[in-house]
Amino acid sequence: MPIKILVTAKRVEDYESKIKVNAQGNGIVLEGLKYKINPFDEIGVEEALRLVAKHGGGEVVVASVGTKDVHEQLRHALAMGATRAIWVNHAGPLDQMTVAGCLQKLIEKEKPDLAILGKQAIDDDQNQVGQYLAEWLGWSQATFASKEESLESEAEKSKTPALQLSADAKTLTVIREVDGGLETLECSMPCVVTTDLRLNQPRYASLPGIMKAKSKPIEEHTPATLGVDATPKITVTKMEHPPARKAGIKVPDVATLMDKLKNEAKVI
Amino acid sequence: MDFELPEDVKALQATIRDFCERRVKDKAREWDAAEKFPLEIVRELGQLGAMGIRIDESFGGAGMGSLAVAVAVEEVARYDGSLALTVASHNGLGTSHIRVFGNDAQKRRYLPKLATAESLGAWGLTEPGSGSDAAGMKTTAVRRGDTWVLNGAKMFITQGTVGDVFVVLAVTSPEKKQKGITAFILEKGYRGFSQRSIHGKLGMRSSDTAELILENVEVPDSQRLGEIDHGFIDTMKILDGGRITIGALSVGLGAAAVRESIRYARDRSAFGQPIGDFQAIRWMLADMQTETDAARMLVYRSAALADAGRPYTREASIAKLFASEAATRACNKAVQIHGGYGYTREFPVERYLRDAKLCEIGEGTSEIQRSIIARELLKG
Ligand SMILES: Cc1cc2nc3c(=O)[nH]c(=O)nc-3n(C[C@H](O)[C@H](O)[C@H](O)COP(=O)(O)OP(=O)(O)OC[C@H]3O[C@@H](n4cnc5c(N)ncnc54)[C@H](O)[C@@H]3O)c2cc1C
Ligand SMILES: Cc1cc2nc3c(=O)[nH]c(=O)nc-3n(C[C@H](O)[C@H](O)[C@H](O)COP(=O)(O)OP(=O)(O)OC[C@H]3O[C@@H](n4cnc5c(N)ncnc54)[C@H](O)[C@@H]3O)c2cc1C
Repeated sequence: MPIKILVTAKRVEDYESKIKVNAQGNGIVLEGLKYKINPFDEIGVEEALRLVAKHGGGEVVVASVGTKDVHEQLRHALAMGATRAIWVNHAGPLDQMTVAGCLQKLIEKEKPDLAILGKQAIDDDQNQVGQYLAEWLGWSQATFASKEESLESEAEKSKTPALQLSADAKTLTVIREVDGGLETLECSMPCVVTTDLRLNQPRYASLPGIMKAKSKPIEEHTPATLGVDATPKITVTKMEHPPARKAGIKVPDVATLMDKLKNEAKVI
Repeated sequence: MDFELPEDVKALQATIRDFCERRVKDKAREWDAAEKFPLEIVRELGQLGAMGIRIDESFGGAGMGSLAVAVAVEEVARYDGSLALTVASHNGLGTSHIRVFGNDAQKRRYLPKLATAESLGAWGLTEPGSGSDAAGMKTTAVRRGDTWVLNGAKMFITQGTVGDVFVVLAVTSPEKKQKGITAFILEKGYRGFSQRSIHGKLGMRSSDTAELILENVEVPDSQRLGEIDHGFIDTMKILDGGRITIGALSVGLGAAAVRESIRYARDRSAFGQPIGDFQAIRWMLADMQTETDAARMLVYRSAALADAGRPYTREASIAKLFASEAATRACNKAVQIHGGYGYTREFPVERYLRDAKLCEIGEGTSEIQRSIIARELLKG
């Protein structure tokens, strides 16, 4: 039974780039930064591709909100194998409510069976869009979808996948990460899933995939055409570097360590 | 003028970089020490499409251009020169000869498997007695009805033992010199065709190099590649393209030398300060970066000309000459910056230097490049 999945591809600073606060202290220095697809989104794309392949086909639609630069991330998802892309053209500050609002409208238009988002984006680590989206759509949600381990060995690959769709595509079983370990949820479809790091190891965008992606369509919208008010409800007033870590100290023995932990650090 | 790479080439670069970070970075030193050809990794690169970059999509390739090959090879070379040589020679030499000069049946038979690295390609021009003077080859092909009988030997052939498909050049009309040479496609296992692997290379130690021995090898005429007596002229065209990739390989090694040297210059202290504070070290770093950048521009220029379908013989030789010599200089400086540690296998820079040296020799020595450039300048 063919299924349709909507996934996201946020453009984020590459974690290997050096991030510096700008002189005004209200943002970061953009010069010289490299960008990537949010790694959690990439995991979402991978999971969607696997689900679609398993369920005899369907569609993976990838969406991103931002300036034309986000085409790079959309093309990346298309090169991995997504069917088509939707670009919500927007410049300037964005908060999680606007993003969730745009995704809600897109989902109402596209009517996918499932939406898979990253649990958070590695730039501002908000961890909110998936939850807002599920709430506003009135869909069930399963956050932090994960596997016990994903070393991607043969043994791992043959393990029960963290996302399992019932044959009639009415329920989705999700293994998710919780503080104490893992828990399994059964969600009625349609639903929103957010991905955790250990869900899978995303495939590479192959060279033939990159070439095919060039001719896949990217549909354009704006928050206005979707009927979303993009005025930010959150403004960044100040940004600063975390304090530099002080050098550690060496203690001669366990007794001193215990003493320091108790009386100086006061953690035990 | 725009110095940004096209979007698809940038995407390819990101893919190769990710792959090398995960699969190559931590292994290159070990492969080099053991002279181990990493077949599994090469096959994985094939799955990615990196071994059939220029092969048409209808034959299972990526259908990309010369610039794409250059960028891919540079990227691999930042992690492993030997693996980059494998990628460069497979894409650029044997496979390209079939891709450009093969007939339909030959392309259908060989290109799909070469595109995914399910089979590996090798290209035999050099002989024990002739390298720069390639047309002085002694290997002969004598026609007997519908079959050719090949006799001779080929030397320093990359993918010589791991290869499955070999393009081999042989003399068919001795009196016509370079206009009397023909190309043939041989498969491993042909009777009388054997390979002897060569060990103990200075660098490029985990790329596979071998001598090919041909003793009365019978090759059907359907395995002839291109026109009779036209093999050498075709070869020159293949070499023009190959030189761009050796230039790119050099740029990757130069960039790796810069990367490691910056790290070391920051970490290492002498006389109470990081060695990166000494002008002597700073000037070396500046020269390394400058020459690597210049080399990359020359490589991109020749690739862009090739992709535009314009002549690029001179530009490819200029790129190869400058990039390879710049890489050797940069890698030599990198060893110098690393002091005594640079002289050991604990740091990768000595490997870069050994690998870079090949780029001044393979696919035409620096002397031959200078001869080509001057010939192109002086021709009427
Ligand atoms: C690791 C490796 C991989 C290789 N892979 C392949 C391959 O896949 N296929 C293949 O066919 N070959 C391959 N080769 C061979 C390579 O192309 C030759 O080694 C190269 O062309 C030089 O030829 P030669 O070794 O015979 O040196 P020679 O031609 O004997 O040169 C010796 C010296 O004389 C100089 N010289 C020669 N003629 C002139 C001249 N006219 N003017 C000025 N100086 C001159 C040269 O520049 C050099 O300095 C490979 C070599 C190596 C080392
Ligand atoms: C094979 C081998 C055998 C050796 N044998 C011996 C031995 O028998 N006995 C022994 O005692 N040692 C020996 N050495 C050590 C050798 O003498 C040192 O490696 C050498 O003095 C460089 O020191 P270093 O490696 O600490 O480099 P560093 O001093 O860390 O130098 C790193 C780089 O910084 C540069 N640099 C440092 N200071 C300055 C400065 N003030 N201005 C400008 N540039 C500067 C250096 O020139 C170099 O390029 C040996 C080394 C090797 C590789």
